[in-house]
Amino acid sequence: MSDASTLTSLAGVFAQLSLLAFGGTNSVLPEMQRQVTEVHQWISAQEFAALFALAQAAPGPNMLVVTLIGWRVAALPGALVTTLGVAAPSSLLTFIGYNVWYRFRDARWRRLLQAGLMPVTAGLLMASAALLITTTSTDWGTAAISLIATALFLFTRLHPLLVLGAAAALGASGMLG
Amino acid sequence: MPNAPVPPSLPALFLGFLSVGMFGFGGVLPWARRMVVEQKRWMTATEFTDMLGLCQFLPGGNIMNLTIALGARFHGAAGSVAAFVGLMAGPVATVIALGVVYDRYGQLPTVRHAFAGLAAAASALVLANALKIAEPLRTNPIGIAVALLTFVAIAILRLPLPPVLPVMAAASTVLMWRFRR
Repeated sequence: MSDASTLTSLAGVFAQLSLLAFGGTNSVLPEMQRQVTEVHQWISAQEFAALFALAQAAPGPNMLVVTLIGWRVAALPGALVTTLGVAAPSSLLTFIGYNVWYRFRDARWRRLLQAGLMPVTAGLLMASAALLITTTSTDWGTAAISLIATALFLFTRLHPLLVLGAAAALGASGMLG
Repeated sequence: MPNAPVPPSLPALFLGFLSVGMFGFGGVLPWARRMVVEQKRWMTATEFTDMLGLCQFLPGGNIMNLTIALGARFHGAAGSVAAFVGLMAGPVATVIALGVVYDRYGQLPTVRHAFAGLAAAASALVLANALKIAEPLRTNPIGIAVALLTFVAIAILRLPLPPVLPVMAAASTVLMWRFRR
């Protein structure tokens, strides 16, 4: 399936996501899921959630789910295409914008636009969270883990990896259905 | 300010972000800040915050944008490439290795159950992050309305993002401007 047309479609989908990802790649998770599971039907929604979880277990930026999707759809070439696809357009914009930025840093339109984008980003991130939680809460046990983990992330200073590890161990112990 | 900032060489950019990439579990930004500002002193805390402001304003992963802007500042395009490749090399190799292992053992019941737990906590990490971002909106009714409408459009109506994002961003900016306090 790793033919040229699949690679081109992958590049197109992730390049577009790159330019929509205000507030980081997590805010485009619902659109990413819609594209890869519904529009192109490369993977299932369950697989999408599994790949997202797997990406959280790796170090580095939280966009690695993109690499895994590319890898799953079209092996190593796919992984490289999606990773570069999601990085190139926004990187180019940053590279160009870096020089312009300091001129407009204090411009009123820029501050207004930033203030306007903020609630949109918040809504998008909540949509990403809702999508992931409805996919991963397959029973009461996993739903409880999500609830407890959210509280731990919000109200304690525990290292995130510790919470992720504990949740995986709890799952492996067979206490969840 | 005990010492003046020290500009990095090209290999130092690459190696610096290589280590940040490999150690940055659960968000890379705090680690990047620690290395750039506190350990290597490539720039001051104010300069770093300023640059981060740009990276958060533009689309794309904040940390990816940061490697581009920071690399460009010291060594132009070559600097951007060195910092970016440094950041991504380790994590991309690791995540593909994890994918291979998952493919081989993912169907074993224990692994499958471990994954159900891990996935539930990983979703929680996104929810916690979303709540932290949304927290300043508490006192901003227009902001809450915009966030809710965006949520409904994407999560419930499942509308495509390419039209929703510019429409909501423009409406939100106009509303914020019209009802600014």
